[in-house]
Amino acid sequence: MSGERGLRVDGLTVAYETARGPVEAVSDVSFEVAAGETYGLVGESGCGKTTLGRALGRHLPRGGAITGGRVSVDGTDVLALAPAELRRWRASSLAVVHQEAGSALDPTMRIGAQLAEVLRLQGRTRREARMQVPRLLDRVRLPDPEAIARRYPHQLSGGQQQRVVIAQALAARPRLLVLDEPTTGLDATVQHEILGLIWALRAELGAAVVFISHDLALVGRLCDRVGVLYAGRLIEEGPAGEVLATPRHPYTSALLASAPQLGRTRRTHPLAAIPGRPPAPGEAGTGCAFAPRCTYADDTCRAGLPPLDMVSGRRTVRCHHAANLIDLSHDGPAARAEPTAVDGGGRLLEIQGLTRHYGGTPVVDDVDLTINRGEVLGLVGESGSGKTTLARAVAGLGPQGSGVIRLDGRELAAGVGRRDARIRRAVQMVFQNPDASLNPSHTVRTVLARARRSLRGTLAPGELAARADLDAYLLDSRTDRLSGGQKQRVAIARAFAGDPELVVCDEPVSALDVSVQAGVLRLLADQQRRTRTSYLFISHDLAVVGYLADRIAVMYRGQIVEQGPADDVLAGPHHPYTASLVEASLAPLGKADAYAVGDVTAKDAVGCRFAARCPLRVDGLCENEDPPLITLANDHTVRCHLDATGLPEATALEGET
Amino acid sequence: MTTSVIAKGIVPRISRGVGGRSRVALAVGGTLILAWAVIALFWPHLAPYDPVHQDPLHRFAPPGPGHWLGTDQFGRDTLSRMLAGARPVLQVAPLATALGTLAGTVVGLVAGTFGGLVDEVVMRVLDAIVVFPTIIAAVLFVALSGRSVTAVVLVIAASFTTIVARSVRAATLVEREKAYVEAARLRGERSWSLMLREILPNVTTTVLVEATSRFGDAIFAAATLSFLGLGQPPGSPEWGASVSDNRTWLQIAPWTVLAPALAIASLVVATALVADALRSRWEAP
Amino acid sequence: MRRFLLRRLAAIPLTLVAVSALVFAATELIPGDVARAILGREASESAVRALRVQLGLDRPAATRYVDWLGGFVTGRWGDSYTLKVPVRDLVLDRLGASLLLALLAFVLLVPVAVTLGLVAGINHDRPADRVISVTGLTFGATPEFVTGVILLVVFSVKLRWLPASAQIPPDASPVEALNHLLLPALSLVILCTGYVARHVRASTVTAVESAYARAAELRGFTRAQVVRRHVLRNATVPATSALGVQLQFLLGGLVAVELLFNYPGIGALLLQSAIDKDLPTLQTTAMVLGILYMLVVLGADVVYRVLDPRVRLGVAAR
Repeated sequence: MSGERGLRVDGLTVAYETARGPVEAVSDVSFEVAAGETYGLVGESGCGKTTLGRALGRHLPRGGAITGGRVSVDGTDVLALAPAELRRWRASSLAVVHQEAGSALDPTMRIGAQLAEVLRLQGRTRREARMQVPRLLDRVRLPDPEAIARRYPHQLSGGQQQRVVIAQALAARPRLLVLDEPTTGLDATVQHEILGLIWALRAELGAAVVFISHDLALVGRLCDRVGVLYAGRLIEEGPAGEVLATPRHPYTSALLASAPQLGRTRRTHPLAAIPGRPPAPGEAGTGCAFAPRCTYADDTCRAGLPPLDMVSGRRTVRCHHAANLIDLSHDGPAARAEPTAVDGGGRLLEIQGLTRHYGGTPVVDDVDLTINRGEVLGLVGESGSGKTTLARAVAGLGPQGSGVIRLDGRELAAGVGRRDARIRRAVQMVFQNPDASLNPSHTVRTVLARARRSLRGTLAPGELAARADLDAYLLDSRTDRLSGGQKQRVAIARAFAGDPELVVCDEPVSALDVSVQAGVLRLLADQQRRTRTSYLFISHDLAVVGYLADRIAVMYRGQIVEQGPADDVLAGPHHPYTASLVEASLAPLGKADAYAVGDVTAKDAVGCRFAARCPLRVDGLCENEDPPLITLANDHTVRCHLDATGLPEATALEGET
Repeated sequence: MTTSVIAKGIVPRISRGVGGRSRVALAVGGTLILAWAVIALFWPHLAPYDPVHQDPLHRFAPPGPGHWLGTDQFGRDTLSRMLAGARPVLQVAPLATALGTLAGTVVGLVAGTFGGLVDEVVMRVLDAIVVFPTIIAAVLFVALSGRSVTAVVLVIAASFTTIVARSVRAATLVEREKAYVEAARLRGERSWSLMLREILPNVTTTVLVEATSRFGDAIFAAATLSFLGLGQPPGSPEWGASVSDNRTWLQIAPWTVLAPALAIASLVVATALVADALRSRWEAP
Repeated sequence: MRRFLLRRLAAIPLTLVAVSALVFAATELIPGDVARAILGREASESAVRALRVQLGLDRPAATRYVDWLGGFVTGRWGDSYTLKVPVRDLVLDRLGASLLLALLAFVLLVPVAVTLGLVAGINHDRPADRVISVTGLTFGATPEFVTGVILLVVFSVKLRWLPASAQIPPDASPVEALNHLLLPALSLVILCTGYVARHVRASTVTAVESAYARAAELRGFTRAQVVRRHVLRNATVPATSALGVQLQFLLGGLVAVELLFNYPGIGALLLQSAIDKDLPTLQTTAMVLGILYMLVVLGADVVYRVLDPRVRLGVAAR
């Protein structure tokens, strides 16, 4: 045992004390991670992955307890350690990075002091610690470490904060590094940088790395091996590439099929949502926990828990039918082609010179945009790019400003209060946060009936709900009892209560789990096909936008830097910023120079807004002069100083376009 | 997407912990309040003596068989006066609470929903009133306008109006920014409809929490005003006034002071326990 | 920070005008005649009329308001109707006495309440927390004159440790003076401890359960180290604004406590002048209390802003 290197987990079981007695959140989980290896734990919310991650450091929230199993790291039996030994082991061998790094840093302490504190715990003197802080910050590729050390956490960006937390983890030379959704909530390009950093550091560290994520594709790019969790149990395990390419468990396969990918659109690859929802801890019966949602399930599955079987040399699957279900490749039945975008519908919405300010800074800066009848325009951009402000301006919400919005050639008042009833019927909106978008005191029926009355719709609440694939029994539930996916379905049904011509969708799926998101995206696609309503669809996720949109507009710091037909925008050549987005979702990790970008929030109003981050920047030109609008092809424009030949080249997309 | 297990409700630890404690608090507090309410209604049938009947032969009698809680400087029965004293407080407190909560809710809702100039003016006025703690405002008004139940009720209600209005306005502002209200605006709902149909149902928790907390404050204020000599006319068995009247004799007849003092304490503490228990129940996610 | 301070300071005169209007309107509400009230029932009609002219009560209310406000701002506060002494000496003298009492209460309050709140928050949902929370709730709900009376019965009547009156004899030593002030101060402390402790407890629970505290524990720090390095500051800083609110409560509590302990403070003066319908004294006292309260709240806000780097340095633009 003592010569063993890496993490070894044996039959780990974790239970929470609840009012109804103890409930298992993690059941009988076993896996090994060799030193220097990266192991991905994947699952949707509620599957027990965070609990499992916390159990590895023996740090469960109150009410939780490890009720069985073993955890050993480099031969140390972690669960057997006495409290003082546990503290020493944590100090010397463990590092944990959670999502939302901002909250893992003490808001009242300077960065340097927080790092020095960890170094002091490692036995360094005060002087040594102070000397090492800048070196540590440099190791996580933070520019100007001395300055960063003097700042408080709130003075750093999300990506910089996450780097600081990683630096704290490095201070300890850990033997086990647990990363729990370390990049969730960060912008795609920043996420890519952080993952690149982790990729680079893992070799340097030689520690066992456990990477917890809801994103199977991401795990596939970063990890050597992957374990899929469902209802607290490992249901499939194996080399990451193999599991993703040829999933053997129906859940893994379904999860892959429900995730949008660049290059796959609603017309070529309709997403397959997984029906139902995962069981809450303690809810699963005696049989296979996935059986109620599984297309292959039979009485055997419902009767008994399937064992975790070795199906090939390095892969295990927990399924009664593993021997028969060989080909579950998630391309599956889809791929029925549909007619592509209808054109000739004419212009529905025209935006000219739209500008909106918040506290003196332009958030939307002189934007021109057109949406045709029956068309889905996808608007993509990172947080703070102004896409939500733009969407809200179209709907008549938010601050006033200059610029013209026309619907059907008629100019719209800036505020919704001064738009007439016909316009209000024509422009509706689906909001981002499902918990806030429905009145929690109303029933679904009331919500839909009120919308029908004020929008003078013709369909009864029951029909509206049915069209949104909502079960009739939900009509008389209060909306605060619904799940996130159900809430968004109600919100969509409400937006369609009065025959809208344009529905503004502001990140409608960003708060949802992948399998639920697929269903909502599919509903949006179905409604669009049925009603030919135009969408202004906003997302930070290029794959989601690519799935739904006919045309794509890319927004960066208040300006549209590129727009055109979806295929052209994704295929390239594109604007350097679009290129970085595409790269973030497709390119392999491990690019060495993953330095954090400095303060890109500076509010300079001249020059290209992307100049500070652009790898192709022409010094002296880009940061001083506004770039021109260049036309690459029919309806495909880019705002850049480079000419068409100098732009980043076409990126090979995985799927067929 | 990955929230903590507690946030996901897998571990109903918080609600259980408070729930267990709040049940006991609710039972104890509720029983006490109910008991005092019964006494306030039926004290003439319960009190052994007439609370204003003077008995010069038994002045300052210590607690004993004849007078369970002794007598005061005029030989009046302390127990009977304590029981009779429940009525004035329990007349003032519910009235003042109801008035103040109602007015505060209306003001807060209107200011929060309509915003703009209405809100600005209302907030400035509230800021000025809030500068005066309830008691100081009450001294100012009641002392000058002459003591009367109406004056006491009105001044307490006015003070509560500002407090309730601020909470309700804050809650309204939170709701007003939520997407469901924006959705209603997109549909062209009128402000009144927004306020009453969309927002009001979602600030009722705030209103209820305010009302229960203010009820305790009302008892506190009524008792204090009575102690300051701003309640009912001299000689009435009001608790606060009894403490004030008898404190001169504290050295020889402490029971005359302790009985009404403990009566006040039992009622306010019961109210606070109930308010706290209800608050944690209503505000539980 | 500077902008915040300027904005808040600029708001003060505005609020003061509103406050003064309220005070003046309140004193105008008096039913009956101030002159009659001063001279008594037997005074002749002509004497009352003469006094009205002498006091300037025959002039329009608006004129009197402007005169009074002008006088207040420039420090000409007039003479007391009943005590026949300059209001300024009277109010400042009483204010000093009250501030002494309030200060003593505050000095006792802060360490007690913060400690209790921290202990409860660190042990939240355990017996220690329940005892502290329920006790704090109970004490905070009880009027200060009730706790004062109970303190008097126990410490003055039964145990005879402390004097029943708070009036400090002129030749008293500091220790004797403290003895006189201890019981009234304690009743105020008991009144306010519960609320302050409750706030500290809440922010302590937030800090203890925060991601940064958990992360520190996972790095191998002991519980005590985590509390000392991360919880203490994060728990106490937000409580400073709660302290400001409690100081208001404390000022309101002065009235009853000063009456109960026969203490010559500004609360007692307010009550007495209201009962006597001594308008100049009453108006000035109310204004001074209002200003005092505004300054206390502003002070608490400023302290909070200085202590919290997020507020002090502004939230970085995202």
